[in-house]
Amino acid sequence: MAYLELEGVAKQFGAQTVVDDFSLAVGKGEFISFLGPSGCGKTTTLQMIAGFLDPTRGAIRLEGKDLTAIHPAKRGLGIVFQSYALFPHMTAAENVAFGLEMRNVPRGERTERVRAALAMVGLAGYEERHPRRMSGGQQQRVALARALVIKPSVLLLDEPLSNLDAKLREEMQIELRQIQRTIGTTTVLVTHDQNEAMSLSDRIVVMSQGRIEQIGTPQETYEKPASAFVSQFLGKTNDFAATIDRTSAPARLIAGSWSAPAPAGRSGPVTISIRPERIDFGDAGLSAKIVTRIFQGNHWLFQCDSECGPATVIRQNDGRSQPVEGEAIHLTWRPEDMGVRGVA
Amino acid sequence: MSASAEERNARTPWALTAPALMLFVGVLLIPLAMTVMLSFHDWGQYKGIEPVFILKNWHEIVTDPYYAEMFGRTFRIAILTTLLTAVLGAPEAYILNRMGGRWKSVFLLVILGPLLISVVARTLGWALLFGGNNGLVNKLLMSAGLIRAPIPFMFTETGMVIALAHVMMPFMVLSVWAALQRLDPQIENAAMSLGAGPVTIIRRIIMPQIMPGVLSGAIIVFSLSASAFATPAIIGGRRLKVAATLAYDEFLNTLDWPLGAAVATLLLAALVLIVVGSNALIERRYAEVFR
Amino acid sequence: MSRNGPLALIFHTIFVIVMVAPILVVCLVAFTPEGFLSLPTNGFSLRWFRAIANYPEFVHAFWVSLGLGALSSFVALLFAVPAALAIARYRFRGRDALAALFLSPLMIPHVVLGIAFLRFFTSAGLGGSFAALIIAHVIIVFPFALRLTLAAATGMDLSVEMAAVSLGAGGWTLFRRVTLPLILPGVISGWALAFIQSFDDLTMTVFLAAPGTETLPVRMFLYIQDNIDPLVTSVSACVIAITMTALILLDRFYGLDRVLAGKGDTGR
Repeated sequence: MAYLELEGVAKQFGAQTVVDDFSLAVGKGEFISFLGPSGCGKTTTLQMIAGFLDPTRGAIRLEGKDLTAIHPAKRGLGIVFQSYALFPHMTAAENVAFGLEMRNVPRGERTERVRAALAMVGLAGYEERHPRRMSGGQQQRVALARALVIKPSVLLLDEPLSNLDAKLREEMQIELRQIQRTIGTTTVLVTHDQNEAMSLSDRIVVMSQGRIEQIGTPQETYEKPASAFVSQFLGKTNDFAATIDRTSAPARLIAGSWSAPAPAGRSGPVTISIRPERIDFGDAGLSAKIVTRIFQGNHWLFQCDSECGPATVIRQNDGRSQPVEGEAIHLTWRPEDMGVRGVA
Repeated sequence: MSASAEERNARTPWALTAPALMLFVGVLLIPLAMTVMLSFHDWGQYKGIEPVFILKNWHEIVTDPYYAEMFGRTFRIAILTTLLTAVLGAPEAYILNRMGGRWKSVFLLVILGPLLISVVARTLGWALLFGGNNGLVNKLLMSAGLIRAPIPFMFTETGMVIALAHVMMPFMVLSVWAALQRLDPQIENAAMSLGAGPVTIIRRIIMPQIMPGVLSGAIIVFSLSASAFATPAIIGGRRLKVAATLAYDEFLNTLDWPLGAAVATLLLAALVLIVVGSNALIERRYAEVFR
Repeated sequence: MSRNGPLALIFHTIFVIVMVAPILVVCLVAFTPEGFLSLPTNGFSLRWFRAIANYPEFVHAFWVSLGLGALSSFVALLFAVPAALAIARYRFRGRDALAALFLSPLMIPHVVLGIAFLRFFTSAGLGGSFAALIIAHVIIVFPFALRLTLAAATGMDLSVEMAAVSLGAGGWTLFRRVTLPLILPGVISGWALAFIQSFDDLTMTVFLAAPGTETLPVRMFLYIQDNIDPLVTSVSACVIAITMTALILLDRFYGLDRVLAGKGDTGR
């Protein structure tokens, strides 16, 4: 049975539908990310789970119990806010202790748990610091400790790393993942950063304009995007117009002068998408001309003008010579590296 | 022009501020110094002001209980006014801050707008509302059954405090409002998610954070109330004197300028001490948390 | 979406009523048809507004106030704009002290300023003159003029000036064609706020004004000292109407919250 369950959840502000028909089952201990551009409804969904907003339609259940009937203060969820929302007038220890105080945890146990929580996030010795005297990364850790110390049934993270610089963000990603794996708290992360979603989550929910575009493991969403939106949002990709011809036997999928045995199912015009790093230069295939060639250290980036429109190709810098600008080449790829979907 | 760019840069700010500086030295600092000097001069009914150095006026202020009573009244009224504005203004600012967009700006305008309306007109309004023993306020309170006999508001400290609190209220609301704007918009949600109820949120999370705003508002209200003139003069009448109205009397009715100057100097010194002192205290108290 | 409970809304309603009541009652009484102070229960009448015309002191005082406010705010800006540019642009020794000095009229009680100016101008032989009033008002409105100009100058993108210099503009041309137009909204709002401050000041002006140079607040105050009748309420209603107009213009031009935020810091 699903641990946290959202069923047909929708949220309207006046006439505007911000989230629509959102259904998701989260397993216990799972790390789920809501990924999408700003305004896609991911934060609204998180706030409905947290209880700061009421869903217009649908149900949210935790272990089978209706969560929407419970006041946010009684839900027992741990939340890390984008701004951290630390209490500036309290020390780090007082911040972390607040939730325990509200639960009437006796003083002795409280002190012990606060100490342990701060140690877990690597802030032992910072108990008496005020948030304003801490760096962004340290504040982030206090916020995490404050959310985790109450042993929440679900941990909700609202863009928790977006205020950190790139290097610190990467460190915190690794740390967050380790902590989550260690204590096994079911976690929902809201982010607009596909790298963050992919490196942290068990499954990603890709959202656009209030709707779920795809639910899948990071690999699935990256390699088999269910829609043009998902394929564009999760990194660079090439979308080519192609046709599946079932009049010939065996049936073939044709994109320009490239062709392969057709997959089962569809026929007629389709869109195929291939990641730039999966395209190779070959003797036969889609004919194209190199427009620009950019050296980027560990790889080369090519912009090509192909029969099927512009194409981007990434080649590892393995020391071999690469085609130059203006050169006519052929693009080829393995059929299993390509996603096929109907024409929108 | 042979001066280097750096030399020019060093001279320019002084050239730009020189006119204003000369104005302020000539027409503000010198008159203030003259007033302090004036407080040490002698005065007599028939001889007028005598430019000698004596402590007569200061001696009179310190020894005559009339002045102790008057300054006591001045500061008592200022403190009560400050308390009243804090107790009513801080919650109002909080409520205002929680309102939706359009209502918020409408009511902000309604509450802050009076700041710019003539104090005389606003105090006149209170004089009309108090208006003797059957003024509107008394009629309202009596018909609501809150009081049995009319409360005298005109020519009393109660009336002065109420009218002054009304005049000063925008300063308090504005100051608390500014403090509320600095709050993290998610801070109440954060506290709620940790299990805090509404009362706990206000007491443990909101109040400590807006306290600097309340205190700086209190300093503004206190110093303006202690030196207020129009409201005490109109509501207090000729009998209930405060520092500002007494100084006015000494200057324009009794014509004992040196004594009036001494009263004014003492008021200025007391206010500067209190304001600077409490600012320093607040900064020390909150340095750790809010810097 | 209001998140206030019913208790909070009741408190708010009473609060707003109390804040508005004195202003409202003045405006209502001004329309009374009776010969004495009363709320207009038997219809509205403009007789007390017409009565103002028969009381030349008020009309004269109004013109004095208007001229004094306009002129002193303008003069204050002549001093304040260069000072604000210096404070906003340069880091020099004594900068903070200068800024504190220029804002000090906010902290000094107006009764003390009134006494100081009375003593000063009487010694200088200018007692009761319009010139003395102008100078005194320049000082008390200076902080408001300075602060709004300062905010505009601080917010201005300096590279725009550098671009103008690189194109050959300098000195007066640079100021007139580039800097001034860019800070103009702040300067105009500074003038408006300064005008309102001057127009409303009683405490300091009451020491300096003589018959002939009495401003409207002084005239009203002295009138109330003797007796309160509907005439002074109709004058007050006019003053309120004028201030409201200025207020709305200020709000349109600059945003009232920004103007008032500047005013709220007086005690600092």
